Amino acid sequence: MAETIVLEVARYRPEQETEPTFQSFEVPFRKDWVVLDALNYIKDSLDGTLSFRWSCRMGVCGSCGMMVNSEPKLTCATFLSHYLPGPVRVEPLQNFPVVRDLVIEMTDFMLKLQSVKPWILRGAEKPLSEGEFLQTPEQLETYKQFSLCINCLLCYAACPVYGLDPHFIGPAAVALAQRYNMDSRDQGAKQRLEILSQHEGIWGCTFVGECTRVCPKSVDPAGAIQQYKLTAAKEWFKSFLMPWSAR
Amino acid sequence: MKKSVAYTEYHPKWYRTRVSTYWWSRRWTYLKFILRELSSIFVAYFVLLLLLHLSALWKGEASYVALQAWLRTPSVIVLNGVSFLFVLFHTITWFNLAPKALPVRLGGKRVPDALVAAPNYLAWLALSAGIVWLVARG
Amino acid sequence: MVKRFNEPFLWTLFSAGGVVAAFLAPVLLFLYGLTFPLGWLAPPSYEATLALVRHPLSRLVLFALCSLPLFHWAHRFRFTLYDGLQIKHLNEVITVFCYGGALAGTAMAGYLLWKIP
Repeated sequence: MAETIVLEVARYRPEQETEPTFQSFEVPFRKDWVVLDALNYIKDSLDGTLSFRWSCRMGVCGSCGMMVNSEPKLTCATFLSHYLPGPVRVEPLQNFPVVRDLVIEMTDFMLKLQSVKPWILRGAEKPLSEGEFLQTPEQLETYKQFSLCINCLLCYAACPVYGLDPHFIGPAAVALAQRYNMDSRDQGAKQRLEILSQHEGIWGCTFVGECTRVCPKSVDPAGAIQQYKLTAAKEWFKSFLMPWSAR
Repeated sequence: MKKSVAYTEYHPKWYRTRVSTYWWSRRWTYLKFILRELSSIFVAYFVLLLLLHLSALWKGEASYVALQAWLRTPSVIVLNGVSFLFVLFHTITWFNLAPKALPVRLGGKRVPDALVAAPNYLAWLALSAGIVWLVARG
Repeated sequence: MVKRFNEPFLWTLFSAGGVVAAFLAPVLLFLYGLTFPLGWLAPPSYEATLALVRHPLSRLVLFALCSLPLFHWAHRFRFTLYDGLQIKHLNEVITVFCYGGALAGTAMAGYLLWKIP
């Protein structure tokens, strides 16, 4: 059984270099350690200057996404034992600007997420006196899968279209838009159509399917996008053939 | 995109990696994707073959015989063989991905993708058999 | 110009072409591209093929079979050029080449299917 394993960690310190470099660390190998444990060992015992994001360490917060051997992974859910005998290459999430070491800049995604209005939109607010919204299990099932998104951005790292054109709205934003479009309580589908039907919206997607493959929560954003393409196409034909129907 | 960043002594210079022209060769899944997209070229070639046949039919028997002779040349046979494989790849990837775009729900539960793809395959086989019968009996 | 034409419409053509090609292309290519030239089955005569094609229903089906897959190719190839070769800045040229090609093929198919005796 291996005693140690080597991690090759990307370093980028903008105050002292213009390009990322790699630094090797030898960390103890434990059968139950994940890559995040190794990174924390490095920070605690080997090099306290290493910067990276993490929080819940159990795969629900979406903070610890990084590239492990060129695959987008949640480092809290990726076992070191999977990579024996190593070395394990840890890099910041692909397709995002690197702020420092393993920390990426995600404002672009935040703005895109906001733009799809990921909240219940109503024509008119339902007064409290009318009671709560009722929803059957079947109605819940139609959007539940998309609601599991933890905004970890692994799908953006995997998406070649986003890598080539950062204007592309991206998988998670569409999946979350669909989560609300399909919610029986929501009435905002038309508003979201405006944003999503632009050229930079869903139409850049060529159904590579990588986003679905890497998603740690099985959200299936690729499926969400294709379903939305169908909806948007139907709306386009309706507006074209029946322009008198209320927009 | 970029919000206005407060300048500090160590101004954050965000590092942006340029996407290589060969990004599609870096991962097997990306390569499979590009091959799937390239299958569309062979779909277009299939239409070209159809148009050649129609053109030959219009021009007369001599033209038709010449076309058949051309189709027998080895390089064309190889091209047709490769095209057939790519067109088949298109069919298989298309049927396998269709359930993701058109999720089917029965009784409130989602039907598994394989069960949605299966009728497509069956219809395809039936249609193909029908066409073979229609064309070959002549 | 592409924005006016609208992606939803072009995507619908792409999908329709994809379905048509998926169902009909393999068997026809197998027959006319391999089976008949290699003699695995007796190739149909000129008269037999003509008889099959000249029926009005055949003409319609063949027209769809020629046109829609070409639009499928046009749409898919356009995006392959954008993403694969990263030449999105040439998008006007690419659009004209792809959809123009599809239109030309469609026109040729329409002409031939009209003119066949």
